[in-house]
Amino acid sequence: MGGRAEAGQYQLSHLEALEAQSVHIMREVVAEFERPVLLFSGGKDSVVMLRLAEKAFWPARLPFPVMHVDTGHNFPEVLEFRDRRVAELDAQLKIASVQESIDSGRVVDDPGPNPSRNRLQTRTLLDAITEHRFDAVFGGARRDEEKARAKERVYSFRDEFGQWDPKNQRPELWGLFNGRHRSGEHIRVFPLSDWTELDIWQYIAQETIEVPSIYFSHRRTVFRRDGMLLALNQFVTVLDDEEPFETNVRYRTVGDMTCTGAVESTAVTVDEIIAETAVSRLTERGATRADDRTSEASMEDRKREGYF
Amino acid sequence: MELLRFATAGSVDDGKSTLIGRLLYDSKAIFEDQLEAVERLSRQRGDEYTDLALLTDGLRAEREQGITIDVAYRYFATPLRKFIIADTPGHIQYTRNMVTGNSTADLTLVLVDARKGIVEQTRRHAFLASLLRVPHLLVCVNKMDLVDYDEAVFTRIREEFKAFATRLEVTDLAFIPISALHGDNVVQRSLNMTWYEGPSLLHHLEQVYIASDRNLIDPRLPVQWVVRPTASTVPDFRGYAGRVAGGVFRPGDEVMVLPSGLTTTIAAIDTFDGPVDEAFAPMSVMVRLAQDLDVSRGDLICRPHNQPTVGQDIDAMMCWMADRPLAEGDVVALKHTTRWVRAQVRHVHYSLDVNTLHRDDSANVLRLNDVGRVSLRVTQPLFYDSYRRNRFTGSFVVAAEDTNATVGAGMILGAG
Repeated sequence: MGGRAEAGQYQLSHLEALEAQSVHIMREVVAEFERPVLLFSGGKDSVVMLRLAEKAFWPARLPFPVMHVDTGHNFPEVLEFRDRRVAELDAQLKIASVQESIDSGRVVDDPGPNPSRNRLQTRTLLDAITEHRFDAVFGGARRDEEKARAKERVYSFRDEFGQWDPKNQRPELWGLFNGRHRSGEHIRVFPLSDWTELDIWQYIAQETIEVPSIYFSHRRTVFRRDGMLLALNQFVTVLDDEEPFETNVRYRTVGDMTCTGAVESTAVTVDEIIAETAVSRLTERGATRADDRTSEASMEDRKREGYF
Repeated sequence: MELLRFATAGSVDDGKSTLIGRLLYDSKAIFEDQLEAVERLSRQRGDEYTDLALLTDGLRAEREQGITIDVAYRYFATPLRKFIIADTPGHIQYTRNMVTGNSTADLTLVLVDARKGIVEQTRRHAFLASLLRVPHLLVCVNKMDLVDYDEAVFTRIREEFKAFATRLEVTDLAFIPISALHGDNVVQRSLNMTWYEGPSLLHHLEQVYIASDRNLIDPRLPVQWVVRPTASTVPDFRGYAGRVAGGVFRPGDEVMVLPSGLTTTIAAIDTFDGPVDEAFAPMSVMVRLAQDLDVSRGDLICRPHNQPTVGQDIDAMMCWMADRPLAEGDVVALKHTTRWVRAQVRHVHYSLDVNTLHRDDSANVLRLNDVGRVSLRVTQPLFYDSYRRNRFTGSFVVAAEDTNATVGAGMILGAG
């Protein structure tokens, strides 16, 4: 070997390199942990995670269950998609219900005009991890999403309270991951750490992966709150000065109906979404997530408590 | 489109944040809401200018103390390449962070302030990049605007750096005079430095040739996971999954499995998307073997006429990352490719001062942020190459057996 022309043939595209890295991470977790689980929200990142897991273990079935932390404030289109996708993969679905956490008195619902259950999910998630004794929890978070996440490891150690300690993280070198932990502790694993929003959409296009319909432009009745377009739905109360109107929108992220904003868009294909994403001047979270706007450090604070 | 990973290091004053901010902004990787948040925060703090470091300093403690604690990863792309920047602080925990950031880097970008020239930190950055065998070293002489874009200043710094670099092992060394603040030679060639005939920084990052940096000579596949479907549609299927660590594998190749030493041929290289006729680093693949051998995680597939070293005594350069020093006789957990073993420190040969490259032969421990040469004895044979030959099969990390924390990293020199 050695000639430039020859070596040049052995070069991966950026999506191939990212895929190879994510598959490596997933296999490593399955080999070293006893009870992994993959968090699945139905959002585009978790849809890509499922495809990567299929690739990592094919032709065997997924060697772990998938879990949805269900806030009860979901988009119905996303729940329908979740159930169909899980059935196609013949995967085992576990549902951790925030409503059950509320009913059993573990957490208290927010009575405000957009009653976010975002923060409540943390308790439900941690309870489910304890109940099922999960020791590795795959999440679809990416480092380009948010600046606290930009500092998080691929293997993110959580103590017995599920807490993240950003100042005391394990160095990660050469893709040699250290998943050692004691009983009761667990590792959050983020195989998409190095992917960007654009990479995700390019991969969805390349692989022709189906995503929930709300990612594509559709007619919806919305109203403006804090500079975001929120869908009119049974979980939010429209205030006097808020005027609902119908327009063409799509979603850039999938979260609760109470806190996930839509963007005005006419993109009806993945290629049109890619074109929009490539020129967007707002991050997906800045544009569409009320939960991240509370303070400069709201993501860091929630992550410290054990959030995704 | 290819992926290029590069590491940067620098202190507050050398303009690193400005440079990264400019690369991200000019490639449209900084979004308006991020910029607004940074501008708002800068005003609140009473900064005279918008501090682009706030873009990367994501943790509350970092913003409060105005320091970067940890490696931050940033992403941007041009039509030619996707870039991942490992942005490492130059002072706090510098060895730990720079070693981490450089471990996966294709290129290291070292910033030099044109007014100050080569300082202790410059030498440290260059040394750690060469220690980690980052294939390309790029020296940006920044703040050229403050020395009247004087060619003589650039030439003097370049020659001084080259003289120093002869003590290091650097395969590809390049120099670019820039002004991150004004954008000279960052994205566009500068009109203020017509005497400089090389590429702009971004052009260099887009064009630097990385395809031959990987080992394509020594076939190595550490077995990560044995795929054994239970479904009746694929009876007796047994695939060995892993990430290729070197060389090229093809169906029909005669291969040897370590530690058993048994040989067979590759029946197929399978993926979800169908069979492939070649596998090379860093592909994640699954191979099927012609004969049913006993192969498990931690084994290694290679070629009979090209085997790694097999042994329990290892000589390595180690970086120590924990408060508790590493002393002779200590036992740690060690991860190499896909296997964990226990390792005992037989001998600390010396420690190296990363600033002066001075070797201290009297050292018998490695302290936090020390680099040093050690001999280890491990509980089971490892299948390794020297780090010089292969970054994947020549590297390891160690964890404390009591706390489970990652406390050190090592680069194998050879048999101990």
